[in-house]
Amino acid sequence: MESKQVHWLVRPATIRRLSITSLFVLALTVAADFFLPSYGHFGIDGTFGFYAWYGFITCALMVFVAKLLGLFIKRKDDYYHND
Amino acid sequence: MTNLIPPGLILVLCALLIPCTRGYLRSLLLLGLPIFVLFLIWQVPDGTSLTIAFLEYSLQPIHGSAVGRLFATVFAIMLFAGNLFALGQARTTELTAAAVYAGSAICITLAGDLLSVFVFWEIMAIASTAVLWSAGTAESYRASIRYLLVHLLGGVILMIGIAGHVNETGSLVFTAMQTDSLAHWMILVGFLINAAAPPLSAWLADAYPEASPSGSVFLSAFTTKTAVFVLLQGFPGAEILIYIGLFMVFYGIIYALMENDMRRILAYSIVNQVGFMVTGIGIGTTMALNGVAAHAFTHIIYKALLLMSAGSVLYMTGKRKCTDLGGLFRTMPVTTACGIIGALAISAFPLTSGFISKSMISQAAFDEHLATIWLLLAAASAGVFLHAGIKFPWFVFFQKDSGLRPADPPLNMRLAMILFAALCIGLGVYPEPLYAILPYEVDYVPYTVHHVVAQLQLLLFAGLAFFVLLPQMKRTLTISLDFDWFYRRAFPFIIENIFSVIGKVYHPIQQSFFVRLNRGLAFISQRNGGTSRLLSHTYPAGSMVMWVTVILAVYLFLSFITH
Repeated sequence: MESKQVHWLVRPATIRRLSITSLFVLALTVAADFFLPSYGHFGIDGTFGFYAWYGFITCALMVFVAKLLGLFIKRKDDYYHND
Repeated sequence: MTNLIPPGLILVLCALLIPCTRGYLRSLLLLGLPIFVLFLIWQVPDGTSLTIAFLEYSLQPIHGSAVGRLFATVFAIMLFAGNLFALGQARTTELTAAAVYAGSAICITLAGDLLSVFVFWEIMAIASTAVLWSAGTAESYRASIRYLLVHLLGGVILMIGIAGHVNETGSLVFTAMQTDSLAHWMILVGFLINAAAPPLSAWLADAYPEASPSGSVFLSAFTTKTAVFVLLQGFPGAEILIYIGLFMVFYGIIYALMENDMRRILAYSIVNQVGFMVTGIGIGTTMALNGVAAHAFTHIIYKALLLMSAGSVLYMTGKRKCTDLGGLFRTMPVTTACGIIGALAISAFPLTSGFISKSMISQAAFDEHLATIWLLLAAASAGVFLHAGIKFPWFVFFQKDSGLRPADPPLNMRLAMILFAALCIGLGVYPEPLYAILPYEVDYVPYTVHHVVAQLQLLLFAGLAFFVLLPQMKRTLTISLDFDWFYRRAFPFIIENIFSVIGKVYHPIQQSFFVRLNRGLAFISQRNGGTSRLLSHTYPAGSMVMWVTVILAVYLFLSFITH
């Protein structure tokens, strides 16, 4: 905390640059699908950018399920303390 | 020597020397012993090289096989790195117990009969409990007792199964079995309990995070992976394992997403990773079984690396909750870098060890045209990046600035992490040595353009989902209820209250019964008293007995004279 200078990695400018680079890389991986022959084996996996949209949607789904389940089974972390 | 004493047993016996040594000698023993045992493991030839007669059965405590050797090898490597990490900080009890623990795990991988498996199975349960104990806290003691109870239960079920199997087949030989009899189901259940399969999976996330920083590194490696080994040997292709494995995969992800304690996040992700292996065993093709063996090998290394990095943070800061941590990358560069490498490897990023192992299991589902299973495994791979690959490093090393400025841990701990980080990358870049020791011939090329692009899309967009949904994943000071709630809350509550409930119900019934009985007796005696003085007199029991004796004597006398 003593150092007045903010670490370069957490400066807003760096974070912006990192975000732009990341989005560019994301676009690049999807763009690669243009140049690759479609390997569709089950049908669905041959769709354009399959792994990209499938990864995103399933992850969103898992976060949502965890959130929903959390409503029922989350307890304060000292729940078992007087065991 | 290797056809007289099993290499694992040598490790168990030599472990007893650890408490007798001090200083450099102990360090030498701790680091030299695993290397020596690794050498001995590779001297064991294929097939049975030692047979001991036991009752009318024969034990085969030394039985070499490709898959056993693979597991034994990674166990020995794991003990070496774990000891290196633990030097100077772990207690003597922990180091001794860890060596016994690893030694008995190695004994199981090189055992050819079920009784030897069972004996070392139980030694593992006790040694791992001792590792937990050595953390020395009240929480770890209580967790270790719960842990031991679950494992002893598993052991009893396994023993019943083995006894039934021997009764049916007359043989103790450990071969592949079918789920065709009660005995085999019992064996399967006994194995699965150690694999942290549902419903008893809670023992893992309950116990492992309570161990010392080095203790949880040791614990992460042996119990669940020995279970994977015996399932691989005993039940390849048992279809039910596919569904159990898939359940474990998603259970691990969802619980890790809800979790705040960094070591519990990693504990849940062990269940997740073992789930991949159990699914692969269920698929059961040579591709799948190769994938399982390879994945167990790489998993032990990157999971230990992740727990070493979490252990270093705990060791240096004394904190383990994500809500207390963050921003540690500033002063812990080595720990951060190694943690990230472990996280990339568990996520199966190209150029890391996870990529060349886990993909074989997915490939097996693909080759068998198991569309649903393949899609679920792909979703789970994305989910691994979500719950362990990003979540762990992000909340521990980045996130917010917690204000903590711990240094990197001591040299030996850093070296252990660097060694395993190097192995994670090394195996990812150059998988051939690992492929060469797999149980079946490998017909798989991990690095194709299509596979690399597909994996990058999957993982990077999982990463995008993480950052887009970050506000939804705000850490809370909570734990998540699991099956252990039944034996920690519900059953004790029922047992504590059952007697007062019984009392409450029983007391009024008893009261009214006695009231009625008294009334009835009073009524009868009143009636009798009214009819006859002589018969309704109260006589002592003694006079009654005397009159019975008299009648019997008369009867005896009469029977004599009638003869």
